[in-house]
Amino acid sequence: MRITSLLTSAVLALGLAGAAFAQDKTKVGFIYVGPKNDGGWSQHHHESALKMAEHFGDEIEFVFQESVPEGADAERVMTQMALSGVDLIFTTSFGYMDPTINVAKKFPNVKFEHATGYKTAPNVATYSARFYEGRAVMGHLAGKMTKTNKIGYIASFPIPEVIRGINSTFIHAKKANPDVELSVVWVSTWFDPAKEADATQALLDQGVDVVLAHTDSTAPLAKLKDAGGLGFGQAADMAEYGPAPRISSIIDEWAPYYILRTQAVIDGTWETSMTWDGIEQGMVGIGAFSDVIPEDVRAEAQGMVDAIVAGTYHPFTGPLKKQDGSDWLAEGEVADDGTLAGMNFYVEGMTGTIPN
Amino acid sequence: MDLSAINPLILIASLMVAATPILLAALGELVVEKAGVLNLGVEGMMITGAICGFAVAVETQNPLLGFIGAAIGGALLSLLFGVLTQYLLSNQVATGLALTLFGLGLSAMIGQSYSGVTPPPTSKVDLGALADIPVIGRILLQHDLMVYFSLALVVAVWAFLKFTRAGLILRAVGESHDAAHALGYKVVRVRLLAIMFGGACAGLGGAYLSLIRVPQWTEGMTAGAGWIALAIVVFASWKPMRVLLGAYLFGGVTVLQLNLQAAGLDVPVQVLSMSPYLITILVLVIMSSGKGRASQNAPAALAKSFHASS
Repeated sequence: MRITSLLTSAVLALGLAGAAFAQDKTKVGFIYVGPKNDGGWSQHHHESALKMAEHFGDEIEFVFQESVPEGADAERVMTQMALSGVDLIFTTSFGYMDPTINVAKKFPNVKFEHATGYKTAPNVATYSARFYEGRAVMGHLAGKMTKTNKIGYIASFPIPEVIRGINSTFIHAKKANPDVELSVVWVSTWFDPAKEADATQALLDQGVDVVLAHTDSTAPLAKLKDAGGLGFGQAADMAEYGPAPRISSIIDEWAPYYILRTQAVIDGTWETSMTWDGIEQGMVGIGAFSDVIPEDVRAEAQGMVDAIVAGTYHPFTGPLKKQDGSDWLAEGEVADDGTLAGMNFYVEGMTGTIPN
Repeated sequence: MDLSAINPLILIASLMVAATPILLAALGELVVEKAGVLNLGVEGMMITGAICGFAVAVETQNPLLGFIGAAIGGALLSLLFGVLTQYLLSNQVATGLALTLFGLGLSAMIGQSYSGVTPPPTSKVDLGALADIPVIGRILLQHDLMVYFSLALVVAVWAFLKFTRAGLILRAVGESHDAAHALGYKVVRVRLLAIMFGGACAGLGGAYLSLIRVPQWTEGMTAGAGWIALAIVVFASWKPMRVLLGAYLFGGVTVLQLNLQAAGLDVPVQVLSMSPYLITILVLVIMSSGKGRASQNAPAALAKSFHASS
């Protein structure tokens, strides 16, 4: 007992000493859910973080931890980072939400930035991108490009961010092609290349020929390249799979935000906030349209991008009903951010139910 | 519930693909455990095989050489485990766990320049007109070489353990290393060979993931398949044919649940997601329960260290 308590206090003392030494230089930490070279979500966070580190050069110290499971392990890693004197910690997965809030309570002087969540605190800010704007464009392309009128969607977990993406995709695919059907496969993981590939194969077996994915690896595109079919880059451009199967992509651009927030910590002006930026602010990028897409469809997609940037078009514009047939948005009405942030329902025409 | 949307022929064909990595790894581990060694490093050897096979296949543009490279890579890594546990008498459980961590790190290092690379395609075995036979043709005769290899390996391992003298010696070493030693058999040498065979099989399983099933290299891509293989060996009560059943059951339910979702059937996703684990364990446990010898089939000297002086 005594030895363990001695050790614990020694570790604590070391951590505090580390914190004291590090005060002259701002230390910025990142936590990723997958490996930093997963080709998608985590890799793009890492690349954006590297851009940020490059921007500040010697002014800051940059640390990161990859492949951190969501849950208790995440809390341990965050605590360790905070103890080692990190001033600003970016936790880059939805499942880090509660761990981030818990750890932030214990370290009021450390600033936390949680990606894609909805819980804030005086020292916890959230940031996310309006991926659904990108999904609208991808949905339109999918609706136009499918020959079998069946498109597939590999979904990770039933959280609002994912459900928003599915709805946005479906609404715009349906507009582009009224006969289209959307099959959703939930794989209950962000990162498992074999399972993502199996899910892609299962969709292809069901006659799907265009697959969208909301998981982190490039496995769905690798499978499509092997077995035939079209898909999209997700989180990263994944241009190495172009011109087919990858016909366009949604790219997450985190670097400007990381630079902005780190600067705020250096200046001492950091405040909690909820950032939710889209194509207009540059947080969501649309990857180049492949030549495989006919000229006129490319023009339509570009037109949609331009309209979203100009603010003349919102992907969730009425008339829209919920899946159960109840009214949601009246003609011309635009969804408010609160409903979108907590979206837990499918829109009319979707089949299947959302797991809970 | 409308099941007509699912074509059983395609389903069976794709479950064989999904099950092959686990089947190969589990077969290797079965032989290792039959020799009285518990190697928990299957996951590490699989992922090392995945990148070794991928790298060799990409560099030579020959998938067959890739699989050979994967087997060698897995065997080399397992040799590390073999030397530590057989000559230096380290704890097998701890060493095996360390091997998994080491394999994950090593593969990430080797694989740095291979993400985003497309491997050369592995051709299907061309059986000509046979492949067009109704039902059987679609299920059995349109696969790649590794699927047939894994099935042949099941039979080979079964026959080796049951009918050959070498298999008898291997089992003797696994049941009582002291008795085998007293009879003049080289316990350590037999175990080292078994460990290397296990490593090679795990490596092949990993390469099947990176070269055929996905096909790409991604860090951490085995995502727990090695642990499933380990569990299947135990639940199959160390019998090769039951390992085949367990692997195909697991692969089958995994593929089936994805297909059910893709076909839009209204079944709760949580139930579907846990079904592969649940069904595989249930079936194998029920099979090995009862008064038969199956439930006490574990090799008696499993995970015990051997030194000639004791």
